Amino acid sequence: MLKEKDKIFTNLYGFESFTLASAKKRGDWSTTKEIIDKGRDGIIGELTKSGLRGRGGAGFPTATKWSFMPKEPTGKTHYLVVNADESEPGTCKDRDIIRHEPHKLLEGCIIACAAMGAQVCYIYVRGEFYNERIILQSALEEAYEEGLVGKNACGSGLDIEIFIHHGAGAYICGEETALLESLEGKKGMPRLKPPFPATSGLYGCPTTVNNVESIAVVPTILRRGPDWFSSLGRERNAGTKIFCISGHVNNPCNVEEEMGIPLKDLIEKHAGGVIGGWDNLLAVIPGGSSVPMIPKEICDDVLMDFDSLQAVNSGLGTAAVIVMDKSTDLIKAISRISYFYKHESCGQCTPCREGTSWLWEMMEKMANGEARVDEIDTLLGLTKRIEGHCICALGDAAAWPVQGLIRHFRGYMEDRLNETKKNIVAGR
Amino acid sequence: MTVKRLDINQPKSFEFSNEDLTLINDTIQNYPENRKQSAVVPSLYIAQKRAGGWLPEQAILKVAEMLDMPKIRVLEIASFYSMFNLTPTGHHFIQVCGTTPCWLRGSDQIKKACNDLVGKEGEVSEDSVSWLEVECLGACVNAPAVQINEDYYEDLNYESMTALIKKIKGKKDIKVGSQVGRVSSEPKKMEKNNA
Amino acid sequence: MTKIVIDGENFEVEDGLSVIQACEESGVEIPRFCYHERLSVAGNCRMCLVDVEDARGMSPKPVASCAIPVSEGLIIHTKTERVKNAREGIMEFLLINHPLDCPICDQGGECDLQDQSVAYGHGASRYEQDKRSVENKDMGPFIKTEMTRCIHCTRCVRFSTEVTGINEIGAIGRGRDMEITTYLNKAVTSELSGNVIDLCPVGALTSKPYAFSARPWELKQIESIDVMDAVGSNIRIDTKGNKVMRVLPRINEDVNEEWISDKTRFFWDGLSLQRIDKPYLKENGKFKKVSWEKAISVLSEKLKDSKPNEIASISGDLSSIESIYSLKKLMNSLGSQNTECRQDGSRISGSRERWLFNSKFSGIDDSDGCLLIGTNPRFEAALINSRILRKSKESNYSIGLLGKENELNYGYDFLGDDPNTIKDIINGSHPFCSKLESMKKPIMIVGQGALVGNHGEDFLNLSIKLANKYNFLSSDWNGFNVLHSAAARPGAMEIGFLPGPEGKNLDQIIEGCNSGSISTLFLLGADEVCLSDKSDCFVIYQGHHGDNGAHQADLILPSPSFNEQNGLYMNTEGRVQESVRATFPLGEALEDWKIISMIAEKMKLDFKINNFDELREEIFTLFPDLLEIDNCIEGGNPKELMAEEIKEHIFYNSVENFWLTNSIARSSKILCDRNEFSSNGVFKI
Ligand SMILES: Cc1cc2nc3c(=O)[nH]c(=O)nc-3n(C[C@H](O)[C@H](O)[C@H](O)COP(=O)(O)O)c2cc1C
Ligand code: SF4
Ligand code: FES
Repeated sequence: MLKEKDKIFTNLYGFESFTLASAKKRGDWSTTKEIIDKGRDGIIGELTKSGLRGRGGAGFPTATKWSFMPKEPTGKTHYLVVNADESEPGTCKDRDIIRHEPHKLLEGCIIACAAMGAQVCYIYVRGEFYNERIILQSALEEAYEEGLVGKNACGSGLDIEIFIHHGAGAYICGEETALLESLEGKKGMPRLKPPFPATSGLYGCPTTVNNVESIAVVPTILRRGPDWFSSLGRERNAGTKIFCISGHVNNPCNVEEEMGIPLKDLIEKHAGGVIGGWDNLLAVIPGGSSVPMIPKEICDDVLMDFDSLQAVNSGLGTAAVIVMDKSTDLIKAISRISYFYKHESCGQCTPCREGTSWLWEMMEKMANGEARVDEIDTLLGLTKRIEGHCICALGDAAAWPVQGLIRHFRGYMEDRLNETKKNIVAGR
Repeated sequence: MTVKRLDINQPKSFEFSNEDLTLINDTIQNYPENRKQSAVVPSLYIAQKRAGGWLPEQAILKVAEMLDMPKIRVLEIASFYSMFNLTPTGHHFIQVCGTTPCWLRGSDQIKKACNDLVGKEGEVSEDSVSWLEVECLGACVNAPAVQINEDYYEDLNYESMTALIKKIKGKKDIKVGSQVGRVSSEPKKMEKNNA
Repeated sequence: MTKIVIDGENFEVEDGLSVIQACEESGVEIPRFCYHERLSVAGNCRMCLVDVEDARGMSPKPVASCAIPVSEGLIIHTKTERVKNAREGIMEFLLINHPLDCPICDQGGECDLQDQSVAYGHGASRYEQDKRSVENKDMGPFIKTEMTRCIHCTRCVRFSTEVTGINEIGAIGRGRDMEITTYLNKAVTSELSGNVIDLCPVGALTSKPYAFSARPWELKQIESIDVMDAVGSNIRIDTKGNKVMRVLPRINEDVNEEWISDKTRFFWDGLSLQRIDKPYLKENGKFKKVSWEKAISVLSEKLKDSKPNEIASISGDLSSIESIYSLKKLMNSLGSQNTECRQDGSRISGSRERWLFNSKFSGIDDSDGCLLIGTNPRFEAALINSRILRKSKESNYSIGLLGKENELNYGYDFLGDDPNTIKDIINGSHPFCSKLESMKKPIMIVGQGALVGNHGEDFLNLSIKLANKYNFLSSDWNGFNVLHSAAARPGAMEIGFLPGPEGKNLDQIIEGCNSGSISTLFLLGADEVCLSDKSDCFVIYQGHHGDNGAHQADLILPSPSFNEQNGLYMNTEGRVQESVRATFPLGEALEDWKIISMIAEKMKLDFKINNFDELREEIFTLFPDLLEIDNCIEGGNPKELMAEEIKEHIFYNSVENFWLTNSIARSSKILCDRNEFSSNGVFKI
């Protein structure tokens, strides 16, 4: 269990105030100038050493991503865009950072901009988070007033502006290029890559998109040193991470824990255990709705980090742990996720536009017991026709939960379909 | 669900207030020169608030004009983003999260409460309340959750949801956030390792 | 050049191509729906997925070949199992919500979806749910919609934004509910809108006027040239029996690229309306049908009775070089110098570089700025305008307009409508001069609207002076352009159908008709002249439509319209192109040269035209430059000439109403209906 002193987000739950004064007491903004003075190579070097991987879902090494930005000025503005569109079902950690630890995020933005030679930062907050946005805005104003942001930010000699932008309800705007489109005032439709944002991103300028948590942990890592961070967690899966534990647990919660903590520990120590006890567990979606579920046998001893979950054909994703006990209608649960993807598909590419709705329709048929057993294979085939053929990863994200269900619970599905068939026959 | 279309009954005019205009102009300043279009979502959001929770055509046209955008582009945006309503909503607009994490913890009961006390989904009640099932609100560890206008209400069940609706209808104050006394996303019982 | 491997074979392709282009160039077919050479890459249909392999190995998943560039040594696989599966998958997805109503679909036979489903589709559908149905949209009189057939390739949206410059088609909603539409179902207004019919790979957007009138395999296709303006768009005329059923663009990169204007696309019904099919003679104020013999003898008498300087002739905007040349021979033989092709009263004159679009259309693409003078290119040459529009999107490309203020589909600096302003620009005192100075390869486009009236020629000279003052003219650049809107004009100018040294020009001819000094006027398809009070002047109209010219005539001679006889036309950039007979002349109509030859014979004149081929040979001998068919006749840089003070000179709109510029267009019900939608040719609907 992560020691209190190793926690980065000491006000995760908002027991204290979010204000600058209060944040400073928690150590925020204390040596920002010194950190910036390490220079671009210094900061990126230490971050590389720390082993930080992106917290937005894909787990791409943050330092590497930053190093893709042009080293020399290009005559264009360079941008950092912070992805606070948090909409992946199960995930609600960035919201806590924004409303309870906004200064960690803002300080992170300044340091990240300095490390990438970016002059302007936009924080794209999902539209629904209205109150969170107000808090972030007021924290930003405090920071501007103190000279932490803006001209000669933190006395570093660098001019760095931060603006808050908001969306209006579209999961797809969390995809980094859709987010950029949305920020440019267009529909949130993902762009084709290449070009990658680091070459041509926001307004055609070099841009890096990072998740809120990825940015907010940076100041503490640089303050306490990369070795401290990498000493936590496991090889290639360093540090701490906020886990969101939802669903059938006694005490659903967000909690910062060490990477690689056993799933069972996570649930039992922090979330009060599975409702009805560990043996009542049916399956867990360990990383937000987009990753395939894992059945109890795997949950028993799997570790919560990128590589361990990948090894069991799932993923850490956003570390949103959705727990389902034996009372769950698993097919219905996944069908509801399929509905989500159908609802959120941006509609530009064929397999996702047509496939997600077909997928949902078939899942509903399965859930209602109206499908034939052989249609499970049709369904699986369908997911394969979506997967890997789309512009962005939403199509894959729609396919995987269904694949996870079939992979681990084909028998369960067959039983359901046979059962209803029997019922129908008996009812006649 | 089909594509959102403009309401058949349209008000004749739409005007921003002066504060709205200031706000929009300030927002435009957040973006580089010639990038006014970036302000379209915030502007539509302000327009929707001004119009009482939905976007009449005149508001769309006004935004198009202010931001030098072709009107079809603004209509595209208004119909793309799910928070924009093209038909009227209630004064109290309840958005019920129905996605799996909330569903696992009883969002069906929340929908039932809305059905029982407000009426059919999408219809505006006489006392101007309406509700809609929406996708993940991002409050999953406080499930089930709803958003009423700007505020989140969490850790709900059938009883607390009915209580909420009754209070709204009775014009009584309601407590924002968790309805079971949590501060935010902390576990009901905290475990600490103070080593 | 870049070396690549496609399906195990080595190829060398141009640098910078996308994989789909490289495959196409190498003869390997890649199916696609959303990709279109002339539009931005959307990469959304996913039909073009291929596998690629580079130094890092095989791509983790198939990639959209339209969206990635080739690189040295790239290995492309188009036939792997993965690619096959991907294509079949996409086909299946596209078809699940498609109505499959091919038997009653106008796109049948030329439908990408139909063709590709034969190649990549499955016989049976696995989709058992309800299909999506989408409300149809009213896009106006040209475009018929059947939106359930739409496959969301967004070609029409991109076309509307990128080529027409009028953002009027969009995709509302999202996901499966996404719908292509105009703003609240309003008709499209662009003058190029019909091109979306060709662009739409399925039958969602089809031609309303052509609806259900023919199946493509019943049609005979003739490659020809359009005469609706002086662009010389390359077209394909589709006929059934002796009827033109539709007009489609042909690709010509240098001219119309792949587009035609809506006027060109939809004039065809005008070819069978208001037609003159017999000779008519006016007796006691009424037209009476007469025989050819009678007509020719009446005419010969009239001509015999008139002194040479009492005879005048005006050629029209749709006539071929051969037709005008025949008339010229007749006039020369009669000794008349009163020949005129400038129906609009423009005063262009002199060697061809003074009145050609010297930079050529492709020069627009190379230019770095543009000065429009007395022209509305959107009305006068819609396809030239779309090239300017494309340039206007480049940063630092500025456009100035001196002339009547117009609703163009791009932004421009308005320099006023006072022709005298040109002097300020020449002497460098105008604010726009600093922009002109910074341009290295600017183009100037002078419209006929700037050159009408007594000072027309002086203004032309001033424009040339201006061109010399800035970088419009240099040793390797000729950006001095005169824009014509009449298809026949440059050809007529080239063969010199202009007043002789003693001859009368348009205004003087009209005045002569009124005053009596002209006793016989020969109109060769000239429908734009207005003889308000022609007194006793005998007017002969030779042409094909009962339009202005015929109404003012005393004798009407039926001749074929441009699609009914072969003929050469020279477009505004000096490109000689051949219009080919697609249908046969109607009724008793005789080819223009034949009529002239009959007159000559009857009058026992000193010339003969034995047949069309000889006529053309004769023209080529006299004007050998015209032999360069499909190429542009070069002019060189225009010389500066002295210009008199321009007093009382004003700018006109050379085309007031885009839809109704000539007798065919005015006879077209389709175009007249479209005109009803707009007011005075302004595109607002
Ligand atoms: C459909 C889709 C939705 C996404 N939503 C989010 C999101 O809400 N928040 C987020 O940080 N990243 C989201 N991502 C991931 C982003 O594209 C991007 O990888 C991330 O912001 C990078 O940040 P990181 O490197 O700091 O992890 C989403 C990706 C996809 C494909
Ligand atoms: S995968 Fe879906 S969400 Fe992503 S671009 Fe394609 S249609 Fe849009
Ligand atoms: S042609 Fe490449 S994705 Fe459509």
